[in-house]
Amino acid sequence: MTATIERADEAGHVREAVEAVESHLHPKPSWNVADHPMPTGREEIWRFTPIARIKPLLEETPSDAHLVWEQTVPEGVTIRTLSEAEGRQLAAEAPVDRVSALAAALAGGAQLIDVPAEAELTEPLEIVLRGTGELVWGHIVVRIGHHARATIVVRHEGRATYGTKLDVVVGESAVVNFVTVQDWADETVHGGQTSVLVGRDAQVRTVTVSLGGSLVRLTETARFAGPGGSLEQYGLYFVDAGQHIEHRLFVDHNAPQTHSQVDYRGALQGKGAHSVWIGDVLIRKVAEGISTYEANKNLVLTDGCRADSVPNLEIETGQIEGAGHSSTTGRFDDEQLFYLQSRGIAPDEARRLVVRGFFRSIIAKIGVPELETSLMDAVEIELAKSVSA
Amino acid sequence: MTDTRGLVITDLHVTVETEAGTKEILKGVNLTIRPGEIHAIMGPNGSGKSTLAYSIAGHPKYTITQGSVALDGVELTELSVDARARAGMFLAMQYPVEVPGVSVANFLRTAKTALTGEAPKVRTWIKEVNSALDRLDLDHEFSARSVNEGFSGGEKKRHEIAQLELLNPKFAVLDETDSGLDIDALRIVSEGVNRYAAQGDRGVLLITHYTRILRYINPDYVHVFVDGHVVEEGGRELADELEANGYEKYTKVATEA
Repeated sequence: MTATIERADEAGHVREAVEAVESHLHPKPSWNVADHPMPTGREEIWRFTPIARIKPLLEETPSDAHLVWEQTVPEGVTIRTLSEAEGRQLAAEAPVDRVSALAAALAGGAQLIDVPAEAELTEPLEIVLRGTGELVWGHIVVRIGHHARATIVVRHEGRATYGTKLDVVVGESAVVNFVTVQDWADETVHGGQTSVLVGRDAQVRTVTVSLGGSLVRLTETARFAGPGGSLEQYGLYFVDAGQHIEHRLFVDHNAPQTHSQVDYRGALQGKGAHSVWIGDVLIRKVAEGISTYEANKNLVLTDGCRADSVPNLEIETGQIEGAGHSSTTGRFDDEQLFYLQSRGIAPDEARRLVVRGFFRSIIAKIGVPELETSLMDAVEIELAKSVSA
Repeated sequence: MTDTRGLVITDLHVTVETEAGTKEILKGVNLTIRPGEIHAIMGPNGSGKSTLAYSIAGHPKYTITQGSVALDGVELTELSVDARARAGMFLAMQYPVEVPGVSVANFLRTAKTALTGEAPKVRTWIKEVNSALDRLDLDHEFSARSVNEGFSGGEKKRHEIAQLELLNPKFAVLDETDSGLDIDALRIVSEGVNRYAAQGDRGVLLITHYTRILRYINPDYVHVFVDGHVVEEGGRELADELEANGYEKYTKVATEA
């Protein structure tokens, strides 16, 4: 079912009419916690998640605790606290699930990271958010002004039970790399929503790297504030025994001549390692001339792992350049291993080469040179833990 | 004392699992290739030539049910794939496998390190790699590409022979290295094999369907391979005869037998 409505965008301009699409895949965004009832685990958006383990982020438990911020802030960039109301006003999108609704409601305001218009950051803006073992609610708004160029890296470390709402609002013609790394300590539970609003003609590249933590469940939504925007979303995850890592992507092609490309890759190893990747793309009637491709690849390294991968395209106009998706989940390719071993390379080393290559080929695609080394280092650390037998 | 030098294949039987059950592909192969010799194995499609190559290298798809493959007296059939390579065996594959994200440079260095037990010295190694690429008419940028990914058919084969020269094993099995090559690439690849063989103490088993590669590489012996075993042996003149008359005479015998 579709209906046409008028709506205003964040800048207050009346935008051309877009359809509201009713779909069980992407519930109606709302700041009101009551609009996101306690899930039972049978709901479409919760059916892959171990509800009991994420329970602390579903209950309305207030907390004043914060993550410890350490940042390298280039000149011109400011970080300041917003009221809850201001945070809502500047956000890219309202919460689409209970965790992010609770995060916005209980965070006690939002942190605004402000990159001014036309700023050209020569160094990455790096923020480390470190957990100290507590329950933390957080709302962060990253605002990048028009024609700015910036690489922003948010690195999560330490131990926490962290519910988050993260908004990235990219102005017209800005060029942005936005990277989050989930390098949590083992017991961490991290849930929430990252929403990107791509400005007219802006080029946005997001990289989501999830390595640590007991449970990480991130909903990543993206929309366009006008035509001509380009969005690339890359993801890397390494899931160890007992870990649950879930990425739920929703790209809303709500404007014409926009482009999106999603490519997430993960490796799983050890008993009970569970990855979930949901890749929804909605191409609205208005979104003529768009192109989109989403891909997910999972490499299952041992027995006892489970990778759920669900790409989904909803297309409401045929007037597009292209739309496609692919999803593959597999074990080591025997022929690759044979080839490497036939050159004298021992089986363990051959497997490590294949896994490294699997990630390296996406890291090369990301094309942010300052990230390559640290991402490959992260892969090395995960490899060192494991890939042997 | 028995002469164990080179590759000695004795009564080799190999099966493969198919949907229709276990099928015997190699039915008693006997072959002795001494260091310094080039042997060509020629046979029609489906005769088991590639199975022979893969079985020597230890591909898990093939089961050796009987017989022996020994290199300089070392029984290869008891060794893992990588241990066979470390014992000196090299297989240039008909269809080299893509390994995304693993650069040629990294692959070559890892292989060299595995084979010699120590990492090659960085400076001299890069020079060696580049000069091997030059000899095979490959750009130096080739090192940065992922192994076999997006390579043309000719690039794949030239890359196999670049490996042969750089890794310099005791013995090389070349499985239809000529297939899919244009005349220039065939010449370049053949020259690489000839340089390797010219060391004098290396052995080469050249598996081919056509004689055209034998215009560039001169075999000491030619074996005709039909229905899983060697049916005739001779010198280079046997290849010329096959060129003229084809395999019909041998396949007929096999069918009637």
